[in-house]
Amino acid sequence: MSIAQTLLRSRAAAALTAPHGVDRYLEQINPMWAAHEVRARIVSIERETHALDDPAPVATITLQPTSTWRGHRAGQHVQLGVEIGRGVGGARRTTRAFSVSSAESGPGERFTITVRANPEGTVSKHLVHDAMPGEIVHLSQAQGDFTVTPDRGDPVPMRLVMVTGGSGITPALSMVRTLLRQRYPGRVSFVHFAQSPDHQIAADELAAISAADNGVDVHLVHGELFTAERLEALVPDHRSVRAWACGPAAMIELVQEAYDDLTVDGTPADRGGEPLLAVEYFKTPVLDTADAEGTVSFSQSSGAPGAEGENTGATLLEQAEALGLSPQYGCRMGICFSCVATKSSGTVRDVVSGETSAAPDEDIRICISQPVGSCQVQL
Amino acid sequence: MDTVDPTTVAGRYGLTPRQVEEFGAEVEAIRKRVMDDLGETDAAYIRKVVKYQRGFEVAGRALFYLPPFWPLAVASLSVSKILDNMEIGHNVMHGQYDWMGDPALNSKMFDWDNVCPGEQWKYSHNYIHHTFTNILGKDRDIGYGILRMDEEQPWHPYYLGNPVYAFLLMVFFEWGVALHDLEVENIVNGTRSIEQNKPLHAGIMRKVKKQALKDYVLFPLLTGPFAPLTFVGNATANLVRNVWAYNIIFCGHFPAGVETFTEAETEDETRGHWYFRQILGSANFEGGPLLHMMSGNLSFQIEHHLFPDMPARRYAEIAPEIQELCEKYGLQYNTGGIFSQLGSVFKKIARLALPGSAKKETVAGPTAPGTGQPLVPEDVDGETRVRASAA
Repeated sequence: MSIAQTLLRSRAAAALTAPHGVDRYLEQINPMWAAHEVRARIVSIERETHALDDPAPVATITLQPTSTWRGHRAGQHVQLGVEIGRGVGGARRTTRAFSVSSAESGPGERFTITVRANPEGTVSKHLVHDAMPGEIVHLSQAQGDFTVTPDRGDPVPMRLVMVTGGSGITPALSMVRTLLRQRYPGRVSFVHFAQSPDHQIAADELAAISAADNGVDVHLVHGELFTAERLEALVPDHRSVRAWACGPAAMIELVQEAYDDLTVDGTPADRGGEPLLAVEYFKTPVLDTADAEGTVSFSQSSGAPGAEGENTGATLLEQAEALGLSPQYGCRMGICFSCVATKSSGTVRDVVSGETSAAPDEDIRICISQPVGSCQVQL
Repeated sequence: MDTVDPTTVAGRYGLTPRQVEEFGAEVEAIRKRVMDDLGETDAAYIRKVVKYQRGFEVAGRALFYLPPFWPLAVASLSVSKILDNMEIGHNVMHGQYDWMGDPALNSKMFDWDNVCPGEQWKYSHNYIHHTFTNILGKDRDIGYGILRMDEEQPWHPYYLGNPVYAFLLMVFFEWGVALHDLEVENIVNGTRSIEQNKPLHAGIMRKVKKQALKDYVLFPLLTGPFAPLTFVGNATANLVRNVWAYNIIFCGHFPAGVETFTEAETEDETRGHWYFRQILGSANFEGGPLLHMMSGNLSFQIEHHLFPDMPARRYAEIAPEIQELCEKYGLQYNTGGIFSQLGSVFKKIARLALPGSAKKETVAGPTAPGTGQPLVPEDVDGETRVRASAA
C-alpha cells in the first residue's frame, strides 16, 4: 500500500473529513481516487456471441478497478452498480451481481466480467449495448464461496467437474483460466450447455483449451437441455468427484437431482457431510402478478428471530406486526423514512403511488409497501 | 353523510369530508406528476450542489493559511456549512434522493456537518415534526421546549425571558437541535424518564466529539502559528450557520397567520386532512434562486410539508399550483418577503413573553370553497379563531 493510501485510510484523514468521509472528497476530483470504496473504469467491451438477431447477446467487459480492489478468487462475483442515463453524473444507480470471468486477480488488478444482455435486465443491457470505454461503475469487493478452494488455503482437488449452462459459464471460466495459469496437475471435466454454437461464450478459447494437453476435458453441448443421462455419458465418474454447477435456476435444480445429496465422504448431508456439489445461480427480478398470495418472510438484522406467514394483503409493516415482530416505524404514512428496510426478493406495490417494483435487494418503506405474492424482507 | 364537521380542522373552514378528499386527490395528482418526472436533471443538480459545498469547504480550510484572507475563509466555510446542513443534509435525510440509489445521497447513511446526530434528528424532525406538524403538545418544534411560540401555550413567568431564550437558541442553534431529542421538558414534566434518554447519550457524545475535534482541534493545529485564528474562524462559521438556519426555520412555522391545532381536532384525520393541516401550519417566504438554495428551499416550507420526500428544487415549480389550490378551497397560503416574515416572528416572540394571547393582526376570514365569499370561522373552543392575511 502506498504512503498516500496509508494516509488516506488513516484515522486522521477520517477525523478531518467527518462526517462525510475521505471518499466523498476524493470522488469530486477524480472518480478513480478512493480510500475505501471500489469503483472501476470500463477499459473495453468485446462482443462474445455472434448469433444473428440474438435478443440476448453476450459481451466481456474489462474493468480497471481503483487501488482499493482487494482482488478475487476464481468463482467469486461482484456487485456492480451503473448510473443509467448518464449526463453530468447519471441519475439512478442500479446494482446487480456478476461473476468475474477472468483468472484470479490481485489488489488493484484488471479483471473481466462476461454479461448476457437480459432483455428485462437494466444493468446487463446497459453494459452490453450502451456502455462506453471510460465509463465509471461502482463495485463491491469480490464476494461468494463458490470457489474451487472453498476455504482459502485448502488444496484444489486433483479431480473436479464443472457443469454450467448459458452465461453460468463465467465463474467456471475464471476457475479454468486460473487453474491453467497455475499449471494445475489434476484433471477437470468442463461440461457446458448452450443454446447453439452461435450462443457459445469464449468458443475460440475453449477450442484451444480442448486441443491442448492440459488436463481439461471440454464438453460443449449445444441445443440440448441438461439431463442426468447426458452427464453420466460425458463424465462417467461424476458421482465420485467434487463438482461446481452454475446456470439458470431450472437447470441447477436438475443438476442437484442428479447429485442426489451425495457428500464428499459419504456422511449424509443432514449429519454434517460436505456436499459433493456446489451450486450458484443469480436471482433475476420477476414481476409477480399473483395478488395477496404466497408467503411473506421477515428476517431481522439484529439477529433476533424472524417470522413467516401467509400474505394477507396488508402492508408489510402491518403483516410484520401481526406476526409478533416490532419493526421500527414512525409516521406510518410514507413520509418519515423511519421504517426503511431491505426487500431481498418479491414484488411490492406502493399503496400511495400504486407503482409496483420487483427489483431484488431494494430499500423500501414497509409502512406503504404491500406485498404482491411472496416477499422476503430484512428488517 | 357529507356534512361539515366543525370538530375537524377542515370543518372549521367549512369543508365537508368529500371536499377534503377531493382536495387531497388534487394535491396527490401534483405529487405524482413531479415524482414520475424525476431524473437526470435532479441528480445533476444535487451533485452540483455537493460539488460546490465541498469546494467552499476546502477553500475555506485552505484560506486559513493566509491570515489576510481570514474573512474570506470564514465566509467560504460558512457557505459550505449552510449548504451542507440545508440544501444537502436536511433534504437528503428526508429521503429526497433515495431514488438515486447512491449511498452518498441516501437518507439511511447520510450525516451532516452539525453536532446533532443525523440519526436522532430524523426521528424528531422527519417523524415527530413532519407527522404532527403544529399540533400543540405533540409537535415539539413549537418553541423547542424552551420558548412560548403559541398563545395556546399557557403563560408562566419563565416566559418573560422569551426573547433572551430565542436569542440564545439562535446563537447555539446546532446544540439546541442536538439536545432537542433529549426532550428535557418532558423529563421535567414527568412524561419521560431519564432512562429513556440513556441510549441517545452515546450517539450525541460521539457526534459532538467528532465535530469538536475537527473544528476546534485538528484544523486549527494544522495551521500551526495561525491556530487561534483558525479556531475563532471555525467557531464563527458555525455561528453564522446557526444564525442563518435558525432564522430560516423560524420563518417556516411561526409568522403571524400560521395555525396551530389541538390533538382532538386532528384525531383520526384522513390523508386529505393531513395535507390540509400541513398547508395551514407552514409559511413560505419569497426570494431569488440563490436565497432558495441557501435556505434548502425551505422558503417553500408549505410545499416541503406537503411532500417532504420530493427533491426540494421542484418546490418552486409546483408552488403556483399549490397556491391556486389554496385559493380554490379557501385556505390561507402564508407567504411574504423574508424580512416581513422574520419581523412577524420576532414580534410574536416578544409579545408571547407576556401573558395573554398575541395581538390579533389583520382579520381575513376563510372563504367558502369556490365562491371567495367569506366564511364565519367556527367557534371551536370558546374563542373565535382569526387569522392574518397574507402579506
